[in-house]
Amino acid sequence: MDFEYLIIFLPLLGSIISGFFGNILGSRNSEIITSLFVSISAIFSFLIFYKVLNENYTNNLIIFSWINSGTLNVNWSINIDALSAVMLIVVTLVSSLVHVYSIGYMSNDPHKQRFMAYLSLFTFSMLMLVTSDNFLQLFFGWEGVGLCSYFLIGFWFKKETANAAAIKAFVVNRVGDFGFALGIFLIFYLFGTVNYTEVFELIPSFSEKDLSFLGINFNAINLICILLFIGAMGKSAQIFLHTWLPDAMEGPTPVSALIHAATMVTAGVFLVVRCSPIYEYSPLALNIITLVGLSTAFFAATIALVQNDIKKIIAYSTCSQLGYMFFAAGVGAYNVAMFHLFTHAFFKALLFLGSGSVIHSFKDEQNINSMGGVWRKLPYTWLLMIIGTLALTGFPFLSGFYSKDAIIEFAYLRGNSMGYFAAMIGIITAFLTAIYSWRLIFKTFHGSYNNKNLSISNMHESPMVMIIPLIILAIGSIFSGFLFKDLFIGAESAVNFWKNSIMFLEPLSNDHPPIWFIYLTPILVIISIPTAYYLFIKNKNITNDIVNGNLPLYNFLKNKWYFDELYDYLFVNPSKKIGLFFWKKIDLRFIDRFGPDGISNLIKKVSIFAVKFQNGFIYHYAFVMLLGFSALLTFLIIK
Amino acid sequence: MLDIGLGHYLTLGAIIFTIGIIGIFLNRKNIIVILMSIELILLAVNINLVSFSIYLNDITGQIFTLFILTVAAAEAAIGLAIIVIYYRNSGTIRVQEINKLKG
Repeated sequence: MDFEYLIIFLPLLGSIISGFFGNILGSRNSEIITSLFVSISAIFSFLIFYKVLNENYTNNLIIFSWINSGTLNVNWSINIDALSAVMLIVVTLVSSLVHVYSIGYMSNDPHKQRFMAYLSLFTFSMLMLVTSDNFLQLFFGWEGVGLCSYFLIGFWFKKETANAAAIKAFVVNRVGDFGFALGIFLIFYLFGTVNYTEVFELIPSFSEKDLSFLGINFNAINLICILLFIGAMGKSAQIFLHTWLPDAMEGPTPVSALIHAATMVTAGVFLVVRCSPIYEYSPLALNIITLVGLSTAFFAATIALVQNDIKKIIAYSTCSQLGYMFFAAGVGAYNVAMFHLFTHAFFKALLFLGSGSVIHSFKDEQNINSMGGVWRKLPYTWLLMIIGTLALTGFPFLSGFYSKDAIIEFAYLRGNSMGYFAAMIGIITAFLTAIYSWRLIFKTFHGSYNNKNLSISNMHESPMVMIIPLIILAIGSIFSGFLFKDLFIGAESAVNFWKNSIMFLEPLSNDHPPIWFIYLTPILVIISIPTAYYLFIKNKNITNDIVNGNLPLYNFLKNKWYFDELYDYLFVNPSKKIGLFFWKKIDLRFIDRFGPDGISNLIKKVSIFAVKFQNGFIYHYAFVMLLGFSALLTFLIIK
Repeated sequence: MLDIGLGHYLTLGAIIFTIGIIGIFLNRKNIIVILMSIELILLAVNINLVSFSIYLNDITGQIFTLFILTVAAAEAAIGLAIIVIYYRNSGTIRVQEINKLKG
């Protein structure tokens, strides 16, 4: 028996047990079973990772042939290489910690079994996604995680905002998935196969091929890359398709940590990295990715500066960090993107679970203006959140420091104007990140206690079942950067570790940027701590003055760059109007009138008329019978 | 002197048959008349059978008629019995008032 099967199918089994037999087993048993299964899966993932690391282990297990139709041959397979091994670690580790954490966090919820079943099902879908060896299975996993995300955002289905957020997430993802599906169709149309290895082998010979659509010629590779990237934008909440991610915070906090921070939203980055053999042949698409990535990084950071909902701040921070990953991939540093994905999973899951712990302690209060001054009451949460924040902001020698600075450095080393621009935006964003992260910490834990509904003496630390996963994540946040930096982004990493899973047309530059450049980001990050403390604790008047002096800008940021309003105006309201028109005019006036309603009225009228024939007099019946009989007889005689 | 042949017998049969048919649905008064009309139809058929039996010189038709008459007697008895029961239940055997057989 291979480990791989266990890794993949234990979460599915846990989900089935908890989902279908949860009522029989009881909530506690379901929690234990799902957590245990996912934890075992995580342990085996580490074994696989160890094997990949030390024995150059790669494997492609074919579970069975999924589709076999004409030239379309698709296997359901488990493909293990360096890239998927890294993703396995991230997914199963964070997932198992979130499972355990949920036992504490959801302790007052009546639907624990369903929650655990969804979490495990999500884990299974995510594993499907990362271990695929073809685009179709990837798409299956892609939609599976989207579905589970929908279930989990709308988990508290009695809350209207949660339902709306779930539908929004689903619909916005549909836009991205449409592009993604078109990309897969195009791949199949051009190459006649959807298996990675076959497609990637054929790419170089297709790099000059043009496609004509509506009389315009497109380069086929560019088109494929851009379509796939639209899919990635939807899933990874990049600018223009990001609107669902902040709203998705309506779901329970463990969900935000697992799906909307550590795993699902990084699927887009994974897709781009996985398709590096295609993207390497499309400089245009790479530039677009860089541009979109850095715009997202910057714009999400500016919004996070002024938000007041603790989870929304972290959500925008996630959005911003995903932007970093994309622009790392865009400048060709796929391994750095993966490295940031890896470290980000730890500290962002830590921050989300930490904020969940805060929310839990404040009895479902999410507004940071109603918090403050509780760091002595929540010592563990406070300390762990500090670690997460330090790691996120890139404080020296924590994980974010290695990955984020590497992104900025590689962008700088790219040497073209796009690279310099990206590096500049990267540094500015890093500074903004530090400011808003410390704002979150100071407003939540320091200063004066501002909650009117809950007395400070009632505050208490979360149970150990919630703290222990945080501690493990904190260890990851501190050490994952330092321990894995040589492996992931070292000079020889492409040859020694990634091998065939990532392709670089030109080997990454081994130069180092000038020394002042290397020190710039950490210095800014360190400066930002006292700055934030001064602005948000010591002297709030300055902050208020800045806000009042720039009220239009403040409102612009506060309202999230008016994206929701813009989309309401451009898409939502017109489609509502069109829907209303079709309902009132077309549906009611035509289809219903002549369709169902018309036919049922007609039948009613005909039967009222027909019932008059049946008057019950035997001689009438006999007469009709006679007529019929004579007609039949006449017919027979004439024939 | 007119020779009475097959045609005459058949004509008689047809006339009696038609009288029976018309009797069924022109009659608005009494259900016993319907019973009698049915009996007339049956007899018309019997006349046909007997006349063809003689015409074809085949005895089968006449024997068949005897059987039919026996059955008809039984049938008439059952019909009358039903009418009696019906009268007992609904207090009338007027055809115009018997219209329970409707949707």
